[in-house]
Amino acid sequence: MRVRALAAATAAIALLLTGCSGDTDGKIRLRFQSLAWQKESVDANKHLVKEWNAAHPDIQIQYVQGSWDSVHDQLLTSFEGGEAPDIIHDASDDLADFAYGGYLADLGELLPERLTSDIPQRSWQTATFNNKVYGVPFLQEPRVLIANKKILESSGVRVPTADKPWSWQEFRQVTKTLTERMGKGKYGIAWPLKEPVSVTLNLGLSAGGQLFHRGDDGKVTIRFTEGDGVVPGTIHDQVNTDKSASRSTLGTGGSDTLPGFFGGKYAMVPLGFSYRQQIVQQAPEGFEWTVLPAPAGPEGPAQGVSPQTLSVAEDSPHKKEAAQFIDFMLQPQNMVRLARGDWMLPTGTQALRDPSLHTEKDGWATGAALARDLRSAPAQSVRGYPEWKDKVATPALQEYYSGAIDAGELEKRLVKDGNLVLARYQR
Amino acid sequence: MTALRTTRSGRARQYLALLCYLVFLAFPFLWLISTAFKPPRELGSLHPTWIPVDPTLDNFRQAFDEQPLLQAAANSLAAALSAALIAVVIATPMAYVMARHRTKLSTAATGWVVVSQAFPFVLVIIPLFLILKNLHLINTLAGLIMVYVVWSLPFALWMLVGYIRAVPRELEEAAAVDGAGRLRILLSVIAPLLAPGIVATALFAFITAWNEFFFALVLLKTPEKQTLPVVLTHFLGAEGVADLGPLAAAAFLATIPSLVIFAIIQKRITGGMLAGAVKS
Repeated sequence: MRVRALAAATAAIALLLTGCSGDTDGKIRLRFQSLAWQKESVDANKHLVKEWNAAHPDIQIQYVQGSWDSVHDQLLTSFEGGEAPDIIHDASDDLADFAYGGYLADLGELLPERLTSDIPQRSWQTATFNNKVYGVPFLQEPRVLIANKKILESSGVRVPTADKPWSWQEFRQVTKTLTERMGKGKYGIAWPLKEPVSVTLNLGLSAGGQLFHRGDDGKVTIRFTEGDGVVPGTIHDQVNTDKSASRSTLGTGGSDTLPGFFGGKYAMVPLGFSYRQQIVQQAPEGFEWTVLPAPAGPEGPAQGVSPQTLSVAEDSPHKKEAAQFIDFMLQPQNMVRLARGDWMLPTGTQALRDPSLHTEKDGWATGAALARDLRSAPAQSVRGYPEWKDKVATPALQEYYSGAIDAGELEKRLVKDGNLVLARYQR
Repeated sequence: MTALRTTRSGRARQYLALLCYLVFLAFPFLWLISTAFKPPRELGSLHPTWIPVDPTLDNFRQAFDEQPLLQAAANSLAAALSAALIAVVIATPMAYVMARHRTKLSTAATGWVVVSQAFPFVLVIIPLFLILKNLHLINTLAGLIMVYVVWSLPFALWMLVGYIRAVPRELEEAAAVDGAGRLRILLSVIAPLLAPGIVATALFAFITAWNEFFFALVLLKTPEKQTLPVVLTHFLGAEGVADLGPLAAAAFLATIPSLVIFAIIQKRITGGMLAGAVKS
């Protein structure tokens, strides 16, 4: 009896072992790993793949679902093992290691003029490393202020527009006023700063912050200028001096601030543009909200972004066909579908002109107006940035925002400790 | 004898501590269930309730609609059951040898087992990936099962060695006197007495494989092969944003098989552990 059971188990395993088969019909089969995760976005991607497959019987695309949560490790292993997907969906701030490591194909010669001219140069910069293009940036999102309309209007403060945003000083004063009007236990703003580095650096561009400076020899060093201190200083003062920003949200993610926002505890929350989808889903009935531009500095309302990208694996035997598929995915009308599915902005200038992205409803118009001021996130092409971010900048900024260290100590840690990290990557 | 007696207040404190521990263990699971039945508006409420005010099955519908949960559950079940079965089949004779024959080799093997536990996933994943690729086992459940077996084998060995050492040698000697060979002793004498240990070990291997994420993520490529933990991450977006309702619904469903299997065999584990403990 036991022997029979063992034999059955062995047979079952043998069956499992034979689970892999190859294709012999002469068709080109490409794997497209998408990180789309919201239903509308997944549907849009799948529909486009279906349309492509119907129109191109000889080049069939297989849709593979990836996850933002683990994409870097998963891709790294796949590249090392030579099993990476042919077409890769990722974000531009994740591409540097793969680009420098030789895992991604240079798309410079593969993309049609239609696509290269449709996407502005400032967006191409986000996916360009050593003058080679390793991804097509196609979706991006500015950080905006989502505000409780009733609280904002009843407070009497000036409501900013994309053309006339608040300055950082005015913004600080506004949050003070809102906090005073709202009463005890309520705050003008709640900064969700679980990941403080990208927020600080990206918004810092408006105040002239740059932090990372590339020398003539191509090497990058960190310098802390007056402009670099504006955004961290404002947040620090809101939390610790004015008490106009909630201390309890400093360690939380964006979604965690929404219950307090809906409950009237916070008048504003600075979030990525795509959070509007969650707000539409979760806001109580009758809750009125609006989208405001992030504060501007001497550089205007500029801010850094790391757009979503489509890349082609260097190991793919069908790079040309993969690039053709990317071109199809990013036709203006398709880019609009993808943008609406993800509640983000397209990088393509033609797609961005689509009327559906300029309606007042759900704040689309405000976001679309900000698109012209989006730049490449300051540090994304810097080698060693992920380590600097995790080991130096994140703890330093968290301690600074909570009031545990002062501005001098923050600067020392970001610059001195940071340069030690970068030096190891640039020998 | 009096020292062993527990006072009434001491007993109350013990129960209180036990209750706190149970609440600590149960809280995340109960919250998960509560979240799974809440509509999006309740998920965004500033004052969340334990019992959903307006319970809904929409999260479950959406979870099934958006992701191939049944296929993923079938894959997880196949991988976890196979891994548990194979790990036990391999570990039992190995553990017997290590428990009964203390030579330099078995000592060295024991040491190696301990050392092997110290390797983190990230250290082994790329070499493992390359080995499996050469064996054409990437993107196959068989490859994943092999990894799970190897990964759970050291701890399974440790568990079984302990159980085997607790079985009196005299029983084997009696069987040997009656003419039983090694295999017969292992199958007819040791194995039945080891049943609780084998079940516990299999359960450990099953749960390890059922919950495992990283190997499955890296080794399985196509959607139809993916396991539940990998599919669950598809409800997560960038920067930790999650589609909370469907994620909770899918995660709740994913815990059910583990609970069911544990409920079925837990009696056997505790019953077996106690069997023969007291001479009557």
